[in-house]
Amino acid sequence: MSDSIKRTDYSAEAITTKERSQWEMVLRRFLRHRLAVTSLILFVLIVLFAYVGPFLWKWDHTLHREIPSLAGPTLDHPFGTDQVGHDMLGAVMRATRQSLNVALTVAFGATAIGSIVGAVAGFYRGIVDAILMRIVDILFVIPFLVITAALAGNISGGTTWWHMAIILAVFGWLGTARAVRAEVLSLREKEFVEAARSVGGSDAHIIFRHLIPNATSIIIVSATLQIAFAILAETTLSYLNLGIQPPDTSLGLLIQNAGGSAFNERWYLFYIPGIFIILIALTINFVGDGLRDAMDPRQTMVRR
Amino acid sequence: MDVTVNGTRADGTRDVAKGDIVLEVEDLNVSFPSDDGPVHAVRGVNYELRRGQSLGIVGESGSGKSVTSLAIMGLLPKTTRITGSARLEGRELLGLGDAALSQIRGKRISMIFQDPLTSLNPVYTVGAQLIEAIRVHYTDVSKKEARDQAIELLDTVGIPNPSQRVDAYPHELSGGMRQRVVIAIAMANNPDVIIADEPTTALDVTVQAQVLEALERARERVHAALILITHDLGVIAGHTDDVLVMYAGRPVEVGTVDEIFYEPRMPYTLGLLGSLPRMDEARGHRLSTVHGTPPSMVHLPPGCPFRPRCPMARDVCAETEPDLLPTGPSGHVSACHFADELEGKTPDEVFAADTADPDLGDDQEEDQ
Amino acid sequence: MLAFTFRRIVMMVPILLGASILSFALVETSGDPVQEQIFLIEQSTGDPVSPDVVEELEAQLYYDRSMPERYWLWLTGIGETNGDIGLIQGKWGPSVEGPTTDIGGEVGERFWITVRLVLLAVVASVGIAILTGVISAVKQYSAVDYLLTLVGFVCLALPTFWFATLVKEAGVALNGAFGTDLFKTYRDSTRGFQGNGWEVLLDALPYMILPTFVLMLTSYASMARYQRAAMLEVLNSDYVRLARAKGVRNRTVMRRHALRTALIPIATFAPLAIVTAMGGSLVVERIFGWNGLGAYAYDSIKAADSFAVMAYLLIAGVLTLIGVLISDLLYGVLDPRIRYE
Repeated sequence: MSDSIKRTDYSAEAITTKERSQWEMVLRRFLRHRLAVTSLILFVLIVLFAYVGPFLWKWDHTLHREIPSLAGPTLDHPFGTDQVGHDMLGAVMRATRQSLNVALTVAFGATAIGSIVGAVAGFYRGIVDAILMRIVDILFVIPFLVITAALAGNISGGTTWWHMAIILAVFGWLGTARAVRAEVLSLREKEFVEAARSVGGSDAHIIFRHLIPNATSIIIVSATLQIAFAILAETTLSYLNLGIQPPDTSLGLLIQNAGGSAFNERWYLFYIPGIFIILIALTINFVGDGLRDAMDPRQTMVRR
Repeated sequence: MDVTVNGTRADGTRDVAKGDIVLEVEDLNVSFPSDDGPVHAVRGVNYELRRGQSLGIVGESGSGKSVTSLAIMGLLPKTTRITGSARLEGRELLGLGDAALSQIRGKRISMIFQDPLTSLNPVYTVGAQLIEAIRVHYTDVSKKEARDQAIELLDTVGIPNPSQRVDAYPHELSGGMRQRVVIAIAMANNPDVIIADEPTTALDVTVQAQVLEALERARERVHAALILITHDLGVIAGHTDDVLVMYAGRPVEVGTVDEIFYEPRMPYTLGLLGSLPRMDEARGHRLSTVHGTPPSMVHLPPGCPFRPRCPMARDVCAETEPDLLPTGPSGHVSACHFADELEGKTPDEVFAADTADPDLGDDQEEDQ
Repeated sequence: MLAFTFRRIVMMVPILLGASILSFALVETSGDPVQEQIFLIEQSTGDPVSPDVVEELEAQLYYDRSMPERYWLWLTGIGETNGDIGLIQGKWGPSVEGPTTDIGGEVGERFWITVRLVLLAVVASVGIAILTGVISAVKQYSAVDYLLTLVGFVCLALPTFWFATLVKEAGVALNGAFGTDLFKTYRDSTRGFQGNGWEVLLDALPYMILPTFVLMLTSYASMARYQRAAMLEVLNSDYVRLARAKGVRNRTVMRRHALRTALIPIATFAPLAIVTAMGGSLVVERIFGWNGLGAYAYDSIKAADSFAVMAYLLIAGVLTLIGVLISDLLYGVLDPRIRYE
């Protein structure tokens, strides 16, 4: 009976789809989002514009006697000049840089604080969670714009971008904390945590090797959203003269300076800084959205 | 072979008058678009269902058994490509628009889904959802009449205190009771066909029996034909007349319940039977295992899809996919090049000592 | 449910208290009203201020006490006071504008101006969010979906102050072009208007159009995305599939099953809309020249008028908590799975 039955070779089992690591998958899926990729490129270009541009352009953001005032956009001054005689291209470069400084620092800081608070609260629960969440509730109740305005607007010696970043970060981590906490709470209940514990995993091991990697997608997406939120907040405060002060500049200050020129011959003073703010927030939101889609494990239905 | 299966069918064939053909499926193919190319989930399903008949569809996850029924009901997403034919009493179902399908679904053909915990809308009462099922097809039935009918339906499926339960919200009922409500909804309008897609998979064993009994009662009441989709052979043995075994999107063996259990002619079927623990075997008898996993439906290799896991595989199996051919004078068909060789074989004999599990090593021979 | 509401309100008191303490400390560290006043006086008179005046100012503004004592006085008014402080007693504290200015009075006048803007803006933005979110989900991947998503993203990126300025200038330009006064771009109501509550409201409506439009567009987008995701989840759910399998027509399934359940998340983001609108009102009131709470907050911050800023923070905080309470109650109404003992 058995001579007609061959020994089965299991290595010949048909594995017909390419094996990929998780990060490769994420990258591949992200690249498929043309909008997200285009946005990323645009964002990088803006960053280069802000940080490298000043080395390449002849005018900076300060006052120079040679510059005529209220000139329209020409080759000499592609972004025009303002009432006092600032070259707007140099001013916008500097302003973008300052605003980006604040936005990126806030994103990093707020995400870090929020992730740690959220992870600790979600993991330990009980008293620790209760205390941390009460703090979050209290901070949530305080109106963000007013308290940051109150703090930023009254710093002696003038507010720098560094001050702005700290103030915004101190109040901006609440959303991230809540999101990370929710994620950790749900991850905690999953069986793989129980399994890890049952083979002897310590608290630290579980947090670092299991919970944080799984929460990474939430953290990264949250960080990108923070950038958009921070740039809008900083420019709003600067617009109200409660943020970055002259002689330094910010995109919000430039718009304040433009006054009501949206529909007259000085339109460029109003629209150009505004478009920069919109572009930064828009591109970073698209990138964040693309990242979120790319990291969603439910869509990774490729057979290994 | 004296195999004891689920006791409810100890006396043999069911005494049901098998009538005319009520559902006819011909060369049904379904494919989905995916990241890596089209997934051919269903690759040519054919069957005929007669009035009063009970057909069981068995297969692993990914074999295409659920997709087949969803295609018939028109419940697949718009991006799915469906070809072939599915005729309900002569009327073609595939390609019908929402208006026409809505008149057929829930009235002539209804479906029961796997997970009772998510099948019912959480914000409406159980009664409201039953009444909706009735009144969407019979608009002249008053709310009071529909409610009375609903209570009666709940009683038929075995829910205690139906006149109170009719106002309960789904989250106030247990999983088994929710599934019975779903069965009540399915039978509400006396359909010709009831499709039950893994109705008991998400439930405890004791509850399973109750739910299956509710299904039986429903069937007796409305004389509907039943398509019972499951991976549980025990359920098949007790509640179906005929069985269709699916693998990798195709039927690989079709026959009556007796033929499939006592005279399997396809290695996969034998493997399934052999992996069932049985009361009449000696203690210490090792279950025969079918090693490996089902193939990827994106890039199906040529030849028989079961070949990588089949202990009887030979060269021809890698070249040509076997057709469904008769194994004898009855309607029993099987898709295997070597179906004849399987006559009289038991699962042990096919899946035994020769099939070395590479992970176990040498000590597996002990208990033979 | 009454017991639940009561319990929630009781729980909110310590949060509000904690928030007030924290705010007080922060506002104090950020600005010194006495110094600010001294600076202003020296600016206008050109002479240094005498110590007597400074002492008087300090006594007036309670800056001769310690910070904790100041907070205590602000909250309760129990102790040595000039009779103008103590929240529990209904007094809001002294303003830097002088003893003739009553913070409570100022706040009272401006309260309804701001609140009616905030309420209208919230209703409008939540409404648009639901509309666009649901349409986007039902017509997923269609041209409409992409367009709505794109518009939503752009609106997400709009700075409120920039857009408000743009809208205002557009209004002015259009008024000039057509020679009409159709678009009200300045003030919140007709100057010197008298009438009963209803008439006042009707008079104020045209002035509310542009500011509400601005607040609506800049805050609906994130809610719309959330709503779209919720709607998609419902559309792919088992119970929607069962409803179809029962023979319910697609349109009815949408309305009766999908929409009903997909609206539950509104309870989560509606209170956030209140918070966002309040923040936005600060900017919008300045740009459109409104005489509301937001404008008052801005002036108070500039003048380092601590008690006035505290008054604003308190009111805004209470409104936020009311929004949260409404959201919890709404949840209980919309979702039968949530019942309160």
